[in-house]
Amino acid sequence: MIPLCLYRQVSERYWQGSGEEKKDEAPGGSHVPGDQPAPLGSQTNQQTRASEKKKKYKAAERHGKKAITRVCQSACDDHHWNTRIIAESEITEKESARHDQLLLQEDAGFLEGDEDEDTCTISQEDIADAVDITAGAKYFNLNLSQFGPYRLDYSKTGRQLLLGGRRGHVACLDWQTKQLLCEINVMETVNDVKWLHSEAMYAVAQKKWLYIYDSSGIELHCIRKFNDVLRMQFLPYHFLLATASATGFLQYLDVSVGKEVAAVGTKAGRLDVMCQNPQNAIIHLGHSNGTVTLWSPNQKEAIVKMLCHHGGVRSVAVDKTGTYMVTSGMDKKLKVFDLRSFKPFQSYFLPAGASSLALSHRGLLSAATGDIVQVYRDVWNTPVKKPYMAHKVHGAVWGLHFCPYEDVLGVGHGEGFTSMLVPGAGEPNFDGLDSNPYRSAKQRQEWEVKALLEKIQPDLISLDPGKLSQVDYATFKQKHQDKVKVLGYDPLARDKFKPRMRKKGRSSTGGVIRRKNQVAHEDKRIIITTLKEKAESAKERKKNNNGQTSAVRSALDRFKKRAAP
Amino acid sequence: MGVMGLIYLYNGHIKICTEDVAQTPATSVARFCQISYPIWQHCRQQKDFCDSLAGSGAEFTTTDRLPAHVCTCCWRWSLYGGFNMAKILKKNKVSTKGTKKTLNKNTGTEKTPEKSSSAKRRERKRKTVGKLKGTLKTTKKSPIEKLDLDNVDEDELLNEGEEIIPSEDEGGSDDDRKHQKLLEAISALGGKKKRRLAERSEATIQISEFSVDAKGEGEKINLSDLIQTIAKTPAVSAQTKSHLKKLKLEEKTVDSPLTKPETERIQRNVAFQKSSEEVSRWQSIVKQNLKAEQLVFPLNQEAPGPKPLEQVVCGWKARTPLEQEIFRLLSVNKQPINDPVLTPIEEESLKAMSLEDAKIRRAELQKARALQSYYEAKARRERSIKSKKYHKVQNKAKRKEFVKKFDEMLKSDPVSALEELQKLELGRMKERMSLKHQNSGKWAKSKAIMAKYDDGARKAMQQQLEVNKDLTQKLATTLSDEEGEDDGETSEPDMLPDFVNEVEPGQDPANPWMRGQLSKDPVDLTEPSVPETAAAVLISEDEEEGPEETEEEGLLRGFAERRKQRQEQEAENEAAKNQDMEVMTEENKAGAEKAVASHDAADADIADDDEEEEEELSKFTNLFQELKDSRMEAEASAMVAEVSEPECAQLQQAMFRIKSLEDMDLLDQEEQADPAEPNAEAPQPAPLESKGADKKRKRKRGIDLAEVLTKEATVINVPLAPTAVEGAEGAAHGQEEQRDVIKEAFAGDDVISDFLKDKRREEEAGRPKVVDLTLPGWGEWGGQGLQPSKKKRRRFRLKTAPPPPRKDGGLASVIISEKRDSSVSMHQVGALPHPFLLPEQFEVTMRAPVGATWNTRQAVKKITMPKIVTKVGAIIQPMSRDDLLKHSRKQEEEGTAGEPKKRKAPQRKRSQKRHKKTKN
Repeated sequence: MIPLCLYRQVSERYWQGSGEEKKDEAPGGSHVPGDQPAPLGSQTNQQTRASEKKKKYKAAERHGKKAITRVCQSACDDHHWNTRIIAESEITEKESARHDQLLLQEDAGFLEGDEDEDTCTISQEDIADAVDITAGAKYFNLNLSQFGPYRLDYSKTGRQLLLGGRRGHVACLDWQTKQLLCEINVMETVNDVKWLHSEAMYAVAQKKWLYIYDSSGIELHCIRKFNDVLRMQFLPYHFLLATASATGFLQYLDVSVGKEVAAVGTKAGRLDVMCQNPQNAIIHLGHSNGTVTLWSPNQKEAIVKMLCHHGGVRSVAVDKTGTYMVTSGMDKKLKVFDLRSFKPFQSYFLPAGASSLALSHRGLLSAATGDIVQVYRDVWNTPVKKPYMAHKVHGAVWGLHFCPYEDVLGVGHGEGFTSMLVPGAGEPNFDGLDSNPYRSAKQRQEWEVKALLEKIQPDLISLDPGKLSQVDYATFKQKHQDKVKVLGYDPLARDKFKPRMRKKGRSSTGGVIRRKNQVAHEDKRIIITTLKEKAESAKERKKNNNGQTSAVRSALDRFKKRAAP
Repeated sequence: MGVMGLIYLYNGHIKICTEDVAQTPATSVARFCQISYPIWQHCRQQKDFCDSLAGSGAEFTTTDRLPAHVCTCCWRWSLYGGFNMAKILKKNKVSTKGTKKTLNKNTGTEKTPEKSSSAKRRERKRKTVGKLKGTLKTTKKSPIEKLDLDNVDEDELLNEGEEIIPSEDEGGSDDDRKHQKLLEAISALGGKKKRRLAERSEATIQISEFSVDAKGEGEKINLSDLIQTIAKTPAVSAQTKSHLKKLKLEEKTVDSPLTKPETERIQRNVAFQKSSEEVSRWQSIVKQNLKAEQLVFPLNQEAPGPKPLEQVVCGWKARTPLEQEIFRLLSVNKQPINDPVLTPIEEESLKAMSLEDAKIRRAELQKARALQSYYEAKARRERSIKSKKYHKVQNKAKRKEFVKKFDEMLKSDPVSALEELQKLELGRMKERMSLKHQNSGKWAKSKAIMAKYDDGARKAMQQQLEVNKDLTQKLATTLSDEEGEDDGETSEPDMLPDFVNEVEPGQDPANPWMRGQLSKDPVDLTEPSVPETAAAVLISEDEEEGPEETEEEGLLRGFAERRKQRQEQEAENEAAKNQDMEVMTEENKAGAEKAVASHDAADADIADDDEEEEEELSKFTNLFQELKDSRMEAEASAMVAEVSEPECAQLQQAMFRIKSLEDMDLLDQEEQADPAEPNAEAPQPAPLESKGADKKRKRKRGIDLAEVLTKEATVINVPLAPTAVEGAEGAAHGQEEQRDVIKEAFAGDDVISDFLKDKRREEEAGRPKVVDLTLPGWGEWGGQGLQPSKKKRRRFRLKTAPPPPRKDGGLASVIISEKRDSSVSMHQVGALPHPFLLPEQFEVTMRAPVGATWNTRQAVKKITMPKIVTKVGAIIQPMSRDDLLKHSRKQEEEGTAGEPKKRKAPQRKRSQKRHKKTKN
């Protein structure tokens, strides 16, 4: 028997996003540059999150209720039981919402210009001057023109920064203290760099092989199985390093055991556009034929293939909730897709196209066009006319990355690295158990052990992260059929109405049919009436909420003069 | 049973009256009357008798010998009479001795005295019987008693006499014996009869010593047997007879008692009902406890810690809904709840006002109140007036006033006047909707009957009909008004020709009813609703579609159209035709139209103004044509610039699948929020035109790649212009850029078709294949060139069921893999674990995690709350009746307080429940 509790854990992890919902620890200090006003942004976000969750619950409820209606004929207790389960889920939901309200005090603020002032015209220097010193220090430039355009990656906690220059320069630093951890030159082309699960190790995709270094720059591994890697993604809960190579292979490396988990030949040529869906650990690849494909290590073919652009896809990004995907293509368009229905939401035309995209925790989109970095707010809901912020860097942008839990956007470009201030970008409320920016070495170690224990097997990666908590319907059906065969009857089936045999010719065929119909109609009527009642009650509730004039008879109504008949 | 009887003395004789005749021994001295009386009647009777006796001075005494169950009445009687039984006995003795002596004295003349004595006795006997009978008659005894008297007594007495005779012959020796016998008889009255009976050797059952036939002794005596004789006896009064009859009718048998098991069953039932009632009283509390989230034992503990202040201070609470409602009102209006002092408002007003002010105010208020009541009374009175005429007058006056007011209002406040008007209109509409004035009401019907004879009624009917007519005709008049207005409008500008207005622009052109009049030309119906196009289309319909199609197609279409037109015209004006009309193919269309127009003018005798109109029309069309032509040219040039030859081929290729992609594009369009920036450079009709073209295209062909590529998205303006070009640094800019541009421009072509192909392939792969199992030559001739028969092929080609619809069915630009991901399913649950019956239940449970990792601490606490908590060291008493009472009281309160609150009872103890279920 499979230990169910474990599954629950595993599935819930992804189901609730990246463990965002468990906020047992009080949040640390303010990460938002100090004196910014804090409008409603975060609350709405939380609300949306909550509402999404609620929807899920509602759906569950619906399921449950359906089940109830089916079962209640046979076993009355089930009803009670089901409602109890639903009530439980309600409790958890409510509690967590309450918790959120109480403890998630940190809020994200946005830049707000004066009247007739575009926020995108405000320069970084101005912002840095305006904010407090610590926040202002987060805007800085690294002039590294020698080893030219840089890729970058922030660690999961957002404390460490990894820079990889195309010409071999690899450096990692604690960017807030500006403390250099290590700096090496690998004397080879560097295609991409990526932190692994902690800030102790990082992977560098070099000209030929994939290398793994530790934080002091010592080469730990050279993985020859992974050649010509162009892009990498790290799936933190699976401990998987996904790589996309120039040969068209998508490979998964389990960094906890150092084994290749899967190698998928995509047959789509050079793979230089890649991102991951943080919600379900699906890898998105962009191709030169305008398609974006979705991959899991378990399937040899793309799970989904979407035609997004009429030119090649230049960049893809998926938001934290896994709901939206933003793509940019050679046709100079920027498109937003809904990943639940795979339908396009918005389409924008950027005069210069976007070479790379990045989405922040709070849903800000940064797009690089040439040497300009633009940041957009809320691209999916309302059509955006102009960027929220824009900043010009010195060379063509090579890498973009929002720093987790900070209002900072890291830009790697031809002339080095720029750390931009983007108010409202980062999630202000971090999860102390998941990724704590302020954790000590000891805490990190403990976290590592726990994370390893809770590691999710790559088998469980699928489009629907909650699939594990579902019954495998194919086998269930099969088993059920077998059971029916053995038992000779269907234990789940509602016993059919069998009209009683009546004598003296009163059991004519017509009569039997009539009786059957009667019963069937009765059942239907019950369903309909219950539905109606529900609708009515909902209406009434609404009415009551709207105006206090309710149709319910008040106790004082008895003293009213009756209208003359 | 002892003997029920009495002993009494009469004329020196002892009479013993017993129930049981047969068992009373006969003596020579004592005479027995064998009458069995029910005691109470007997007593009554005896009382009379005793009264008569009282005079005789006989003494009676009661003795122990007398049976104990002589009724109390008798006792009373005997006491009253002062009878002494002992004395009686004594007297008897004396008398017997006396008789002895007389007997002894008369030994010489033995026979005569004997005879004489016996005769005397007989006489006496008769007398006593007669006397008895008399008493019976007077006292109206029950018929049975009388019967006894009549039937039995006399015979027996006679028998006695006869019997006694021989014993008297024996002489003095006999006397002692007789005396002895008498004593025995008397003593036998005490209840030793049975033994005595047993001693008897005679067959007394058959023949008694008194020659009473005991034949039917064992049989049951029916009442009817006894009554038969009474009918014959005249002595019995009619009343008693009727009594008897009634008795006969009333005769009822008492039910036999139930058997033991039956009675026990009944008892058990009753006991069960009682006890179940008792137990069911506990049901609600038990259920509640079962449902409760948590039970803390011992139950009904007072909550520890201090009580909330409110509870302590005000123990009384509003409980009933009425109370609650009142309190709510009070609190809402800031009225004092606890003690009746002044309200804050009152206080304020008090503070605010001086005494005089207050007085004035009070007076005002009083006045206002008086006025109000006065008006109310007036209104009431008026309303109760039943005179129709009065109301008519009243209404008329009101109407007049209203009109006056309205006129004023028109001048002073036109806005409100308009509102009033609208209100009136609304009222009118409502009236029109209702059945008023339809002559269908009660009144109207009655009037209709009366109308034949009554002139007034007829008039009233007429009036009603007129009103109805007015109301219903209103629509027509308004319509005509509108038309008039339209006319006015068209005449005002005087710039557009009349035909522009022939099709109403705002309304649905497809619905002729909406326009108020049918359009004459059915062609109109299919046209788009724009006035210009509609007008143009009237004449040159074919041209409209020109730009959308390829030129050849357009040309062909044009020919066909014209041919059709021609045929129509030929049909219209049959004979008169110019043959050159047929050579219209090469000519300009506008020209052709002109020709048609002129032809029409020539042949169909159209008036001059019509001609003018026609001319105007042709001018208009010409203008329109020019506009269009210019646009077409521009478009064509654009097409030439963009579309190259290979594209055409692709177009051909993409034909079959085009629709879906088209949909995708439409979708894209929809998703793009309208930027609300109208194309400034395009001419006015352009957007409409393109819309129409879009629709057409959708119908006729698939993707227009040019459109796809240039399709507008929300354009984002960036304040900063990029200077550096990413990608290859230092690459030769000029040419590379050019190439990039070209590549970008044409990238979409193969992308789309490739994708379509891909999708088609996927779909094909997903489709079930037909398995052909035909064996050639099996059952028929085979060989080269011979095909298995159709029938056989049909039989052996197996078609599998079609798969469920694809997930990407509705999505043109998405391919979703249909392959099953078995990796997760390995870890999924295939069979439901124990308590779950349905997969949905299981899933719901799984979806709501319990652990502390996924929930807040409070939530976890709540979810994992133990069902039962016991206090350590506390004695858990069983529930008592008081608890029950409390519970029921509480429930009542809840019931009255309003709807019962929703119970959320998440119970953790599922295992318990499960066990229960399994038991079930």
